[in-house]
Amino acid sequence: MALKPVTFILNGEPKAAFTEDGQNLLDMLRRGVGDLSPKYGCAQGSCGACTVLINGEPQLACLVLAEAVEGLSLETAAGLGNATLHPLQEAFMQRFAAQCGYCTPGMLMAAKALLNTNPRPSRDQVIEAISGNLCRCTGYEPIIAAILDVAEGRQAP
Amino acid sequence: MAVIIEKHATIGEAQRALGSDAVYLGGGTILMRDINAGVVQGRVIRSTDPALTQIRAVGDGFEIGAGVTMTAIAQHAELAFLHPVVRAIGGPQIRNMATIGGNLFAEPPYGDLAAALLALGARLVTGGGQARPIEEFFRDRKRAGLITAIHVPRLRDSKSFAFHKVSRVKPKGVSVVSFSAFLPRDAGRLRGVRIGCIGLGPGPLRAFSAERALEGQVLDQASISRAAQLVTDGMEPPTDALASSWYRREVAGVHLKRLLERMI
Repeated sequence: MALKPVTFILNGEPKAAFTEDGQNLLDMLRRGVGDLSPKYGCAQGSCGACTVLINGEPQLACLVLAEAVEGLSLETAAGLGNATLHPLQEAFMQRFAAQCGYCTPGMLMAAKALLNTNPRPSRDQVIEAISGNLCRCTGYEPIIAAILDVAEGRQAP
Repeated sequence: MAVIIEKHATIGEAQRALGSDAVYLGGGTILMRDINAGVVQGRVIRSTDPALTQIRAVGDGFEIGAGVTMTAIAQHAELAFLHPVVRAIGGPQIRNMATIGGNLFAEPPYGDLAAALLALGARLVTGGGQARPIEEFFRDRKRAGLITAIHVPRLRDSKSFAFHKVSRVKPKGVSVVSFSAFLPRDAGRLRGVRIGCIGLGPGPLRAFSAERALEGQVLDQASISRAAQLVTDGMEPPTDALASSWYRREVAGVHLKRLLERMI
């Protein structure tokens, strides 16, 4: 099977990778690029663990054809924070919003997408924003509280 | 056999490439799932034609490119009548990916928007450029070819269309049933009633018995009760993981009544 080259921006840096026909973005990021932050959950669009931002919009990497991200800008949880944690990461820690942690990267990216477009969301808007992300530990309340903490500025950005 | 992806710059090329043996990749929320599962093999066609993602006002309605996402419809002020429908589909990620064209091909329990388009009497534009009534498409979806755009009418009265979805999980639940009602009025009486539903048959359906009960009537408690009572006549609601056939039959009228009462 012929490999196709794909170039894109990942967390602000230009990247190039090869993709196979039919390969999804999640697989290319994890195996081809080595970004293990988006998680492999259901591979059918139900769980949200693979949520990444594509040109700022949250999408499900498992349902995106890898070659279709040619020229696009991707953000993953690996790009959050540098020397210090991102305010969302800090708030998730403070609120103990990660139990097993598997949903956390997807939750963080869904929350980031929300706060990018709506810096002061209501509780209902937070719930709506993470409605595509399942937490099988069912720890939704601390996650909602952490996102609202950042939104209300209790976490210094 | 492996998956072979073919990218085409124009709708015309994609249409020709599709033939009878290939499948078309839109937003990916249906087909990529099947590719991941190894269910889909062989040629997969996609197109980057910008016409597929455009929304244009035309004549007495709108032409919505088949690749327009739920999010793009939700952000389009003139398509406000469709907002309750598209906002009830999936979570934010799915709405950013799933397309209006793809929803036409969605299997149960999906297809809320397809049923709304059925109620609105939408016309579907094929790769050949002809616009055909949506009913023709639902008679044989497998042989539809490439749908490139969807014509929806402009509503003369914004209260003539309403949507009601019943799901066990909120937000982001799939439909146990959903109803879309298009009730144009002429001198106070209902003329050209069309009701679309999912969850009461093998795919999006019109609720003909309820439509007949309302046609020519004034929308009041009496006509609503008759429509609610008759709604599942001639239908075979399915039993699946969400609900039994018996349950759907029992509650369909209750939910149709709630929707219609909002439209009085």
